Amino acid sequence: MVTTNDPNYYQSHKGGGNGHSHDNGHDHSHEDDTVERVEHDLDYFQVRVMALITILKEKGILTTDEMRRAVEDIYAQTPAIGSRVVAKAWSDPAFRERLLENAAAACDELGIDTSSVNHLVALENTDEVHYMVVCTLCSCYPRPLLGSPPTWYKSFPYRSKAVADPRGALHDLGYEAPEGIELRVVDSTADCRYLIIPRRPKGTEGWSEEKLYNLITRDSMIGVGDALTPDEFEANRAALVE
Amino acid sequence: MDHKYQVGDKVKVQLRFPPGHIRTPEYLRGKEGVVSRYFGQYRNPEKLAYGKDGMPLCHLYWVAFPVNDVWAHQPAEERDKLLVEIYEHWLDSA
Repeated sequence: MVTTNDPNYYQSHKGGGNGHSHDNGHDHSHEDDTVERVEHDLDYFQVRVMALITILKEKGILTTDEMRRAVEDIYAQTPAIGSRVVAKAWSDPAFRERLLENAAAACDELGIDTSSVNHLVALENTDEVHYMVVCTLCSCYPRPLLGSPPTWYKSFPYRSKAVADPRGALHDLGYEAPEGIELRVVDSTADCRYLIIPRRPKGTEGWSEEKLYNLITRDSMIGVGDALTPDEFEANRAALVE
Repeated sequence: MDHKYQVGDKVKVQLRFPPGHIRTPEYLRGKEGVVSRYFGQYRNPEKLAYGKDGMPLCHLYWVAFPVNDVWAHQPAEERDKLLVEIYEHWLDSA
């Protein structure tokens, strides 16, 4: 039994280690038809990613530096980008109209590139209608605006319960959908990606765009929560200072 | 080619279960809904997933289904809806 974390292990043992010597009397080759079982501490996806990285480099498709930069770009996308868009929509009624009409063009105005999304759709939560987003088939998510989806968004319990018992799914996340409101569950299954514009909290009349920005949370833009109230924001800030 | 359905049309998702990369959720197969928006034309993911060009383009609709029409256990409030993107070749008039 061999245990290894060495990514070069497979390379260095290629063709060997099949358990017996080749000088043992029979002359057929084991080079091509034997697969060695190796025990190691890597999980399935770690092995798969290592294999993919090796192939991409060996074939000259991507360099290590290009792959590092790509990962860096993925993590540069954060919900702060979506918060900027929503803060602008709350502060500027004409921008809000344009965002609801053509979300990609409105984001372009702010210098936010959403071209990796086929069709970006902005939806507005109001006192009458509340949107929430799920992808029951995988983990479709408006990544240029919100970054990578949270773990719960990709989990089977959320993905199944969001459509089969949406108010229950919200309850599980600690949010009660307002009674009497029309709940609209958006299953993001094809070419569209959705940004929810949360309800603007009461008590924020006259606030600047910069100040409003701090109230807009990731989960409020997925529709599984509301934006922070001014009191919640102050309480959070006080807790951080302590 | 023009798209077949207009906003407000009643449609039914086809009740079939082919193998492959299908973007029509199984829980909606055979269910009736109402066209809520038309989203335009996109490459067919059922072909794109296998290295094809995804042509011809497919019309994509936003279809609204009352949650309680979809599930026998009627988990939701009466007006609660599911809004799901469905390609035209998965829809029939209802």
